[in-house]
Amino acid sequence: MAWTRQLLRVNLTDGTCIAEPVNMEWARQYLGQRGLATRYIVDEVDPKVDPLSPENKMIMATGPLTGTMASTGGRYSVITKSPLTGAIACSNSGGFFGAEMKSAGWDMIIFEGKAASPVYLSIENEKAELLPADDLWGKSCWETDEILHNKHQDPQLRVAVVGRSAEAGCLYSAVINDLHRAAGRSGVGTVMASKNLKAVAVRGTRGVGNIEDPAKFMETVNAGKKVLAENAVTGEGLPALGTQVLMNVINEVGAMPTRNMRESQFEGAHKISGEAMLEPRKSDGKPNLTRNGGCFACTIACGRISTIDREHFSVKEKPQYWGNSGGLEYEAAWALGSDTGVDDLDALTYVNFICNEDGMDPISFGATVAAAMELFEEGVINTSHTDGVELKFGNAQALCWAVEQSALGTGFGADLNLGSRKLCQKYGRPELSMTVKGQEFPAYDPRGIQGMGLTYATSNRGACHLRSYTVSSEILGVPEKTDPLATEGKAGLVKAFQDATAAVDSAGLCVFTTFAWTLDDIAPQIDAACEGDWSPERLVEVGERIWQLERDFNNKAGISGAEDTLPDRLLKDAAKSGPAKGMVAGLDKMLPEYYQLRGWTADGQLTAETRSKFGLPG
Amino acid sequence: MQKSLHIDPGKCTGCLQCEMACSLENEGVFNPAKSRIKVFNFHEEGRFVPYTCTQCDEAWCMHACPVDAIVVNAVTGSKDVKADLCVGCKVCTIACPFGTVNYNADSGKVVKCDLCGGDPKCATACPTDAITYVDANATGLDKMRAWAAKTDNSVNADA
Repeated sequence: MAWTRQLLRVNLTDGTCIAEPVNMEWARQYLGQRGLATRYIVDEVDPKVDPLSPENKMIMATGPLTGTMASTGGRYSVITKSPLTGAIACSNSGGFFGAEMKSAGWDMIIFEGKAASPVYLSIENEKAELLPADDLWGKSCWETDEILHNKHQDPQLRVAVVGRSAEAGCLYSAVINDLHRAAGRSGVGTVMASKNLKAVAVRGTRGVGNIEDPAKFMETVNAGKKVLAENAVTGEGLPALGTQVLMNVINEVGAMPTRNMRESQFEGAHKISGEAMLEPRKSDGKPNLTRNGGCFACTIACGRISTIDREHFSVKEKPQYWGNSGGLEYEAAWALGSDTGVDDLDALTYVNFICNEDGMDPISFGATVAAAMELFEEGVINTSHTDGVELKFGNAQALCWAVEQSALGTGFGADLNLGSRKLCQKYGRPELSMTVKGQEFPAYDPRGIQGMGLTYATSNRGACHLRSYTVSSEILGVPEKTDPLATEGKAGLVKAFQDATAAVDSAGLCVFTTFAWTLDDIAPQIDAACEGDWSPERLVEVGERIWQLERDFNNKAGISGAEDTLPDRLLKDAAKSGPAKGMVAGLDKMLPEYYQLRGWTADGQLTAETRSKFGLPG
Repeated sequence: MQKSLHIDPGKCTGCLQCEMACSLENEGVFNPAKSRIKVFNFHEEGRFVPYTCTQCDEAWCMHACPVDAIVVNAVTGSKDVKADLCVGCKVCTIACPFGTVNYNADSGKVVKCDLCGGDPKCATACPTDAITYVDANATGLDKMRAWAAKTDNSVNADA
């Protein structure tokens, strides 16, 4: 149990909202959330579909532990075919929306077709209806959230929404929920906007029950909370500094991608770090960070709640940005800062606010600006393209200008909204795009952390750290320390992380728990909540089944093994400084072994044996 | 020793573990919508504030109840709703100055915090000690300690 066993099917073309039972045989094989929704996508969507056509579908999915007291059990994902990569997309978000959707009685919402004019989905428990959203179209995520709260006269309404960037077709638009949490990557918000679906506003008062063994469940939940509280990363580092605890650490080990990955250490890292967010500023004596905040049920609370210095050029004339909102996470601070060479903490916080307000993925946005800055410095583009702006590395004003252009899709913003790959292709310099399968890299230079090179190359949604965070092992020593500069053993390490992470995601938990938890901590919680026996071994098997299913979708979408690679800059240009100085990403030493461990052919296709071993659909 | 809930909003991260523990104890489901303690998010200010019944000595709700359905728990000092007596008239929800007694449309009765009979689950669940269950006569102890720590004992020595 723990699943509600009901899904809501919303046909935007017909304007219908129909309840149907969840396929529980699939739930037993794929658990929930990421896994279960992918199984539905595979069943219902042609892998070759145009991602922005009505024939693509989009699923919002919770896991069996979403909405329960299991620590971090509030997560949902948005699963669809990505317009940025053409691969399967699954973007995971915290906040409170996912738990509210579950509390309303829904494991998943499947969106299909396209509305004739803008609509939003209103859900109040079992009652679901599509309502006109003509007045919301053209509004930011923050404005839409406020309008819907006022309209429904319900302060406890939870809203997931797309911003103006998605309306303008930005290929890396996110779905934003609870103002500053995001199903961030791969353009899932772009798909939502392409269906003329502006928002989902949900109120759930039914709660989550149906726990198989409530007493046992609370015993395992409390044990899990204790492990998180006593762990140095989840109990101290993340609450105090957020994921920004990593900024100085990763820079030290020489894995901080800098200026479009030309370098791997950033001289300004200390100015944009988690520690810097605690320093009182000169103007008002307050630090950037007001406090930490938790998502639903989360006992780690790594979230940052920040303000921008009112005297800063970015907001001096804009009092609407003087209040608190979601502050910089490490990935945003890196992409908006180190990768663009900007070390102005207030500027980065402002750009992060705008990314939240209008729904751009800050990783893809920052990395695309970085590519544009390199194009500018190379003379490929100039001030005639940028409305006179000197789009050079380190220019904070230019970065703030760029985010405003991207948010509305105006001027050069339309180019930025293509993402790095299509931008660099458009201007004839594809080698300057730091992407895999069209998705921009996150904040770990694989020359300094070799496992991340294989992680990026093989990730089912394009370059991504959240598909197998081997940084845990290679830098932090969790669950055991491996040498970040070695390639030996990394194929197995990456596979193990990929499989475990797929299971954690599919349960409805946050992957950050795995700084402290292993599957031995997680399996008992799922086992007590759900029917059947859920051992760590079964979770690994389910995780691998999910991974193989995602891969199979991508293969059928026409993405071949040839795309399991990295840009030449990482494969051929050696790191210039730090512990990895002189090294390149040793992908060729890891990839063949990885294919073998996965049961794939030399060109990266699933073998018949692999398909049958995991019971994958034809 | 009588104890009372002590809330320090400065420690609250807004995770709602307290709301789920409350609803599980009282309703048997994880359901913040049915919690007797509520966490408020003042987003612009960056503050989270848990709020629930303070168990007033001269409780307005108790005095207002026309059928004497709200009674003092002799052990914990909490003001408890006797569900079998409550007629759902909601006068107590109007009388309470703090809004912490509320009507439950599903049961047709009012609900409020009863300190879980002396083992408040919200306090147990809170991961940051923003909600604690302490000596009712010394709820100011933490603040006193914080101010005491700021006392400068070295003033005379330096003079």
